[in-house]
Amino acid sequence: MSKTYYTEDHEWLIVDGGVATVGITDYAQEQLGDIVFVEAAEVGKTLKKGDTAVVVESVKAASDVYAPVDGEIVEANDALSSDPALVNSAATSDGWLWKMKLADESQLASLMDEAAYKAHIG
Amino acid sequence: MTEHSAQNLPLQDIHIAAGAKFGPFAGWNMPLTYPAGVMKEHLHTREHVGLFDISHMKLFLVEGIGAASLLAKACPLDAASMAMRQSKLTFFLNDDAGILDDLIVTRLGDDRFMVVANAGNAAADEAHLRELARHYTVTVQALDRVFIAIQGPEAVDVLAKAGIDTGDLVFMNGFEPKEGWFMSRSGYTGEDGFEIGLPEADARKLVQKLLADERAQWVGLAARDSLRLEAGLCLHGNDIDATTNPVSAALLWAIPKDLRETGTFIGANALRAAINAGAAEKRVGLKPEGRQPVRAGAPLVDADGNTVGRVTSGGFGPSAAHPVAMGYVKSDLAKPGAGKLYAEVRGSRIPVDVAPLPFIQHRYFKG
Repeated sequence: MSKTYYTEDHEWLIVDGGVATVGITDYAQEQLGDIVFVEAAEVGKTLKKGDTAVVVESVKAASDVYAPVDGEIVEANDALSSDPALVNSAATSDGWLWKMKLADESQLASLMDEAAYKAHIG
Repeated sequence: MTEHSAQNLPLQDIHIAAGAKFGPFAGWNMPLTYPAGVMKEHLHTREHVGLFDISHMKLFLVEGIGAASLLAKACPLDAASMAMRQSKLTFFLNDDAGILDDLIVTRLGDDRFMVVANAGNAAADEAHLRELARHYTVTVQALDRVFIAIQGPEAVDVLAKAGIDTGDLVFMNGFEPKEGWFMSRSGYTGEDGFEIGLPEADARKLVQKLLADERAQWVGLAARDSLRLEAGLCLHGNDIDATTNPVSAALLWAIPKDLRETGTFIGANALRAAINAGAAEKRVGLKPEGRQPVRAGAPLVDADGNTVGRVTSGGFGPSAAHPVAMGYVKSDLAKPGAGKLYAEVRGSRIPVDVAPLPFIQHRYFKG
């Protein structure tokens, strides 16, 4: 079982073979409310930690989702174009946002594990 | 997140118990959504009944033999010829005919009118009204009321079950059913519905009765916004403000024809000039192509990239099932099919069509 990492910006990552699958947490999707559109991640784009990777739009507002680590986007979740509400109903599984090839795996050390994240959201 | 300076609604405890998420709006700490979420709350209102706590809005009672004259000065409104119980959408205009606020005025008696004002403008409206009132035999009273909107196709039935007889009241009519109460058949959703201003103690009892009926549920400010946007109704501060006038805002229908020509209300001369000159830009409905919402503030450009307008309200329409928006465009483009428009969103251009308003047909009860 691969380890899940979390960020202070309420993203989760699961790393497998140097590639991270990234999404937002249940807590984050609850805060955003009903998601109606996800701007697809741009495959091939190289991102630095903190760069905007995708924009998630709820009924009310648009929210940036940031790259949690450096890397290159290798896949976008195509299912979200027809069913953006997957981010609400399956935030930590089918509602993943993008996959990225990690530039520097040592950056993972600065992220939280599940227990630390739970403490973070209180 | 709660802003320290924000005022709490009188029924805040009830909203907390209902699981509301709060956010600041116009100086108030307002319920934005309840656990059902904006989408379900919106659709529930169109199918059944949504309850909205709109106590952030202000009720002013204008009373005295000079009441109609005061209102005819303050607003482009022939208050003296309004029928008993009649409600009218009107405005406070400045000397340039800019819209200071949009209001609903209801005639309650020969010399007695109710004025309903927007939360964000309530303090300025009160000062404005009191200043003008010095020249008339009239009193202006800011009422301390809870204000509840009951909106949706089953509103009459839900109110009847809660013991509130709506009688023969039709759309845009209002009256005082009992001491301290004001009830009008009106709203901000495009649906049939009512707005009731009443003392807090009465409101607590009424809300409890209404919520005992499963057809009624709380609806927050987020769905109030998506409902009014689908209904093509303006939000002051977004779609209309002191820099827009009733001509450019496409709200001239709210001003009687003879008043446009001969009225002596504040802003009358500027309004006449604006009518004669024609509006350089006009408020229109906007339908973005695809699923991506276009938000307030987005510039509108033509195919050559020239700026031709701006989005003033935008989001997703849960009943329309597509993004919906409103904005201002140059007058020659202000009709469906007049030309291709694009909204600039984060560096990309989303094709947008001028669309007829409302997006969802109004279902008012007109008798």
